[in-house]
Amino acid sequence: MTDTPLTAPRPRSSPLHTAGTILRRLAARPLALLGTLIVALFLLLALIGPAIAPYDFDAIIRGAARQPPSVEHPFGTDRLGRDVFSRVLWGAREIIGIPGLATTLAVFLGTCLGLFIGYIGGWVDELISRALDSLLAIPALLLALVMLGTIGPSPLGIVIVIVLLYVPIVTRVIRSATLNVRASGYIEAARLRGESAAYILFREILPSVLPALAVEAALRFSYAIFLTASLGFLGLGVQPPSPDWGRMVNEARDGYARTPWALWFPAGAIAALVIGVNLMADGLRRVFRYEG
Amino acid sequence: MTTPVIDARDLCIDYQLGKTWVNAVNGVSLTIGANETHGLVGESGSGKSTLALALMRYLAANARIESGEVRFNGDNLLAKTDDDMRQIWGKQMSLVPQDPLASLNPSYSIGEQIAEITRLHEGLSRRDAAQRAVEMLARVRIADPAAVARQYPHQLSGGMQQRVTIAMALSTQPRLLVLDEPTTALDVTTEAVILDLFRDLIRDNRAAALYVSHNLGVIAQMCDRVTVLYAGEVMESGPVDDIYLRPVHPYTISLLASIPRPLPGIETRLPTIPGVAPSLAERPRACVFSPRCPVALPLCFTEKPPLEEIAPGRLVKCHRWQEIAGGELQVETSPERKSDKTASVGTRYIVSLQNGESASYVLDARDLSKHYGTQSLFGRLTGAPSKIVQAVDDVSVRVRTRSTLGLVGESGSGKTTLARCIVGLETADAGEILLLDVALPHALRDRARGFLRELQMVFQNPNDTLNPYQTVEQALTRTIHRLSTEPMTRQQLQARVLDLLAAVRLTPDYAGRYPAELSGGEKQRVAIARAFAANPALVVADEPTSALDVSVQAVILNLLKDLRAREGASYLVISHDLAAIAYLADWIAVMYLGQLVEEGTVEQVYNPPSHPYTEALLSSIPAPDPRVKRGRIRLDGHVPSPADIPRGCRFHTRCPRKLGAICEQQDPPWQDAGDGHRIRCHIPLDELTALQASVPEQE
Repeated sequence: MTDTPLTAPRPRSSPLHTAGTILRRLAARPLALLGTLIVALFLLLALIGPAIAPYDFDAIIRGAARQPPSVEHPFGTDRLGRDVFSRVLWGAREIIGIPGLATTLAVFLGTCLGLFIGYIGGWVDELISRALDSLLAIPALLLALVMLGTIGPSPLGIVIVIVLLYVPIVTRVIRSATLNVRASGYIEAARLRGESAAYILFREILPSVLPALAVEAALRFSYAIFLTASLGFLGLGVQPPSPDWGRMVNEARDGYARTPWALWFPAGAIAALVIGVNLMADGLRRVFRYEG
Repeated sequence: MTTPVIDARDLCIDYQLGKTWVNAVNGVSLTIGANETHGLVGESGSGKSTLALALMRYLAANARIESGEVRFNGDNLLAKTDDDMRQIWGKQMSLVPQDPLASLNPSYSIGEQIAEITRLHEGLSRRDAAQRAVEMLARVRIADPAAVARQYPHQLSGGMQQRVTIAMALSTQPRLLVLDEPTTALDVTTEAVILDLFRDLIRDNRAAALYVSHNLGVIAQMCDRVTVLYAGEVMESGPVDDIYLRPVHPYTISLLASIPRPLPGIETRLPTIPGVAPSLAERPRACVFSPRCPVALPLCFTEKPPLEEIAPGRLVKCHRWQEIAGGELQVETSPERKSDKTASVGTRYIVSLQNGESASYVLDARDLSKHYGTQSLFGRLTGAPSKIVQAVDDVSVRVRTRSTLGLVGESGSGKTTLARCIVGLETADAGEILLLDVALPHALRDRARGFLRELQMVFQNPNDTLNPYQTVEQALTRTIHRLSTEPMTRQQLQARVLDLLAAVRLTPDYAGRYPAELSGGEKQRVAIARAFAANPALVVADEPTSALDVSVQAVILNLLKDLRAREGASYLVISHDLAAIAYLADWIAVMYLGQLVEEGTVEQVYNPPSHPYTEALLSSIPAPDPRVKRGRIRLDGHVPSPADIPRGCRFHTRCPRKLGAICEQQDPPWQDAGDGHRIRCHIPLDELTALQASVPEQE
């Protein structure tokens, strides 16, 4: 045995990770790092894509229809002569913005609701839980088709559909995480010093459900991207001529034999983004050692 | 000399932690012959479970036997292949685990699980194996074995589940039986029944048994020989009488002294061992006990003492055992000296107790009731009749100023519900709670901050009593801030935090720590500091030490006693450990199935006449002294469901002293035994005294 102590002095770090430690731990896992890089790249594109795109999303380049990928048109052009690379760049904003907004709303509402019903329990919990369960029973696409068919296809419509679909799921996850800590001594100690329900929910309980929350948010985001793309494919998303990756795939389907690249690139972008977000969610799960 | 069943020599076992190996068990030798029960005592982290499993060559994936050998019936166990071991495990050696529910498969019936073992190891047919299973259940004294064989694990009580695992362990007549804390999770009454069963079955089987426990009482009652383990090394080993009556190792002496015993005398203190047990990686290189040893010499810090055989079968590892054995050296286990201030407060409080009539009450709870309706929303909508569970039924308790009320009873007696109604975590349905002579609203949200300040609680589980995301300082500061009478400046808050930490004997650097950086005992100290943050009048403590090791328990019990004197608070302490509560309490209330059955001073309750239930509880305590045989009153069966309370005396279904029809039909009256000692029983008091004075001792 050597004389060096096996344990260093005890770390004085908060069990709640800071953004920096989370990123560092994600970076230590190759797959999680890959996912995080992909997500970061797409976020960057959503931010600056339109500025660096060589063409407008609806610019029709005369005499350049159905061109295969080249230096001038890295992703080729579609049958109308629009630059696919530019359209993918322009479309990134919608495919990230709509699911991002919807997921944020759904996670926020679901967390508040889940904390609330998990903490107070009783018949309120039972009533709300059953109501949310019945919402869960409706197939996602069916709800989307009915909703968007009624109120008309629009980005706002998609946000509403996604919120409606995901609030019950997030609520369930947060509710069960809340139930795990609700009967803890520290919650009862807080009640015994007369803390308000809001203090207990957000100061005592919320930190311990944050890992569940982070993993759930990342997972919901990836599903929301997929759903948004699917709705775009069905023509229920952003209306033409604005670029939408899902609709671009649909449009390229007809001329697939002659312009396969017009389908490959938007489809590949969707796949890469969804896989990236999933890898990151999986990495987060391991960083938090969260078994959900 | 016959070959011992198990013979381990110089065992060293390491665990892999990350990339390094740390030593868990160091140079331990252990021999158990047929028909012998060997006790293995140690606190958590001492390596006792690791050693027990190593004797079966059944180690975790990250553990390895570094050196030494294990012989089973003379064969070298470490040379065997895994296939050989599969023939031996379950057939020639069996394990009775600590948590029976975790070791039983929830999706097979009890009968199938027991039958599987004999089918596998003895090649019995399905029919024969099923029959053997029923026989085994009968052997562990299950009343209706055929019916139990068809049931599933979750349908059985904890005691019954443990009987099933015993039946499984014994169904192949193993030569070695390893019992790893098999009664730790059980009520004291159930434990007593199970221990009797073990003793008989081990004797019938002529097996060698290794009994692992941290409960010195259980070991004293069960074992022929004892090995005391500390930090992975044998401190002392020998026949049970020698170890308990003539211990020569300072650790054994200190450990035995720290057990609370139901003795008269109010202001005594428990001797404690200073410091904490070292973690795996921090074990001293010389004598492992030297940093905490009251009689350590400079030599003890530099050189590891040898394990010496001082008499046949009697091993000691200490440089100074000869001086201790020869009586030249006394290991000082007397309690640490109290400050004069504390002593004077203590004396005053005894005086106030003796003038019983003039003493005022901090808490006066009258006729409290709490019931739960077990009805779902669906049931309520459809108007199905609800099932009422009467958890607390018309109970009155009082706590005198600066004194401690101990509330005892088995699980399901309603003692925790009663305490939670008083602090307001549950809302009582009926009754009256007077705190310092002022009526207290039942619902917590209706209680003014002044009431909250006076009434605080210490919880049972040290691991969830503190928010893992808040430092000790944050937790204490928030409580002081919420409950203090006037607003405090930041400096005042900080000073108060340090003051509280000092009161629970923690150094100021604990303020910045998170709960994950504290041991169980330290967490419980912080929880106590939190309860005392704003000078409460009454602190309710729900099993404050039941999750802690014996030596840590002594520290916490002393601390509670000191704080009561220092802060002038009173306690309501709940416990199933009658010895611990006798140490802390001066008034005892015994609860059974939602009602009080007896109350009085410790001396009154612990001596005849007692309620037959109290008598049974006391009789079940395993005494930490092998000479003291336990009383023979055993309570079989379990507490009836509070949803289905027996008519008449609630205890009549299990009462060993039942008179007859009167007990089944009429509520028993309260009988006054003098000086406030009351017993709720049909049996006249003088008759109870006579019956209980003549109880023959076991064996």
